[in-house]
Amino acid sequence: MNIHEYQAKQLLKQYGVAVPPGDACKTVEEAQAAAAKIFAVGNKLAVVKSQIHAGGRGKGVFKDGFKGGVKLAKSAEEATVHAKAMLGNTLVTKQTGPDGRVVSTVLVAAAEDIKKEFYLAVLLDRANSRPLIMASTEGGVDIEEVAEKTPEKIIKEHVDPAMGFQPWQGRKIAAALGLKGDLASQAAKLFAGVYKAWWEADASMVEINPLCVCVGADGKEKMVAVDAKIGLDDNALYRHKDIQEMRDLAEESPLEIEASKFNLNYIKLDGSIACLVNGAGLAMATMDIIQHYGASPANFLDVGGGASKDQVTAAFKIILSDPAVKAIFVNIFGGIMDCNVIATGIVAAVKETGLTLPLVVRLEGNNVVAGKKTLAESGLTLITGDSMADAAKKAVATVAK
Amino acid sequence: MAILVTPQTKLLVQGITGEFGARHTKLSLDYGTQVVAGVTPGKGGQFFEHGGHKVPIFDTVADAVKQTGATASAVFVPPPFAADAILEGVDAGLDLVVAITEGIPVRDMVRTKQAMAGSKTRLIGPNCPGIVTPGTGKDSHGGCRIGIAPGYIHKKGNIGVVSRSGTLTYEAVWQLTSRGVGQSTCVGIGGDPVNGTSHLDVIKLFNADPETTGIIMIGEIGGSAEEEAAEWIAQHCKKPVAGFIAGATAPPGRRMGHAGAIVSGGKGTAEAKIAAFKAAGIGIAATPSDMADTLLKMM
Repeated sequence: MNIHEYQAKQLLKQYGVAVPPGDACKTVEEAQAAAAKIFAVGNKLAVVKSQIHAGGRGKGVFKDGFKGGVKLAKSAEEATVHAKAMLGNTLVTKQTGPDGRVVSTVLVAAAEDIKKEFYLAVLLDRANSRPLIMASTEGGVDIEEVAEKTPEKIIKEHVDPAMGFQPWQGRKIAAALGLKGDLASQAAKLFAGVYKAWWEADASMVEINPLCVCVGADGKEKMVAVDAKIGLDDNALYRHKDIQEMRDLAEESPLEIEASKFNLNYIKLDGSIACLVNGAGLAMATMDIIQHYGASPANFLDVGGGASKDQVTAAFKIILSDPAVKAIFVNIFGGIMDCNVIATGIVAAVKETGLTLPLVVRLEGNNVVAGKKTLAESGLTLITGDSMADAAKKAVATVAK
Repeated sequence: MAILVTPQTKLLVQGITGEFGARHTKLSLDYGTQVVAGVTPGKGGQFFEHGGHKVPIFDTVADAVKQTGATASAVFVPPPFAADAILEGVDAGLDLVVAITEGIPVRDMVRTKQAMAGSKTRLIGPNCPGIVTPGTGKDSHGGCRIGIAPGYIHKKGNIGVVSRSGTLTYEAVWQLTSRGVGQSTCVGIGGDPVNGTSHLDVIKLFNADPETTGIIMIGEIGGSAEEEAAEWIAQHCKKPVAGFIAGATAPPGRRMGHAGAIVSGGKGTAEAKIAAFKAAGIGIAATPSDMADTLLKMM
């Protein structure tokens, strides 16, 4: 699960990480009040940031032509105008796809006087199953590009999960970033706080880009997390009631939410052949084989180990609500589950949904003979395949016509 | 000899009285696996009965090991308690713990793996279908089945299969069996980002196993375990290896069912893994339908 920037900053703040003062606003009135508060304490500049889960907000364009999902404002009035333009509007960025996302919250915050930008992230290093801190002097830019072109500019520090992040590690990273004196000790504390937030929230990733050296109103330099992104481990959400409440269903695909109600794992893609498969690995492989034979998969869909009639019916309804779908490929390896139960489920689902699209079924496994018989005697015009390849070719042929 | 387990391996089941654990314990007993004990805290002294078998249930793994001599465990304990169950098995000195449970928080596994370092126990999984060493009876009856794989699709033989995914393992096994080719051992290492045993660990075991003459390695997007295994295979593996990587069509940044199956930050792509396989001389199955044929052509 992902959370919004403002939620990530709220979480980080609890761990002593400095973030620019600001408020999340859902209405123009709230934005006006938040902006007024910022300018009242002597700030010269505010920033209004659209809160959506996708990146590339600054360079994004709203559907009504308004440019920029992140805007600076020199007065509370200007900030209010920006907030009004953004709220309720749909922002399209390079990560949202052409449909964009509706902005229902803006973060109105003080725009800091930034002297230097760094990159900081905590994530799991899968190669050795240990937490990894990544930092770089190249902040505020695309870190993947930095990693590719100048890998020596990325500092990596592993953390012993039993010990946790150690003060010397904080000093080491701060020094490697060229920080000295009070800033170095501020940074070391901030790294420890970010690591602790990552660990205790069961985050999959915390990314602060940029992490900045800012000059405060008092003229003193300070370390501030100017942007923040947090992804969370779905498996651990059960033990974080507070984080569960941060879930924003508007950021998720309605079809995927509907699928999850039936324990179906569905991800919409752009192709024309819908797949219904048991098992995540086989579901991915089914998408791949469709592409191999020259068509594109319309979705990833794992029905899991059960595949009851209700599940198959729900899956068909979800698949059919995608207008791009031209054919359905059911690929089931029923190792333990009874293929005849699945076949009965398929027949019932076809009848209930009044399916008219070509349906290709490949059934293999337990009680498969009875399952195939059920399909053959159903009176439905469906195409069967003997192997995965045979069925995939037939499915591709139905859309190639 | 097979790897990890033989038909003689004495198995205990943690979470034997839960619905999922009970269902698969019955199937393992039917398959002829030596299920000698169950563990469910609070139900010690009771019995798990099925088809004439009477499996004693213990409160602790330590008790079960002491009383029955079990050396391997299947963990069917729900996610919030699964890491604890794994560590209990480690403490009891088991040789092998196979964690079937799906949905264990990553942080729990990071800590568990750290705590296991230096112990004699090997962990397989979590979020895996388990292990099968086929037996010599009808439909491979008499083998050791730990986990949730369908036993009957196997056949005793000489091909080792290692995969992160359950259904893709079954697919490969069935392709082999349908062609009359049997398996030494089939290992599902699980689809989570942190697991106890990697592709490479299993490949090394197959390479050292005199009974195994060829290997099918199935990988998927995410992480770099397939690349590491490929690098080792290029240098050291004496046996033909064929492979398939699932997820070439998966969009970046999306988790494809398995918690570990995600391309993030340009890392863990199918392209990179396939390239590593090719560079290592691993036969690439063009489609998941060709896994067995690709290997058999190399042998």
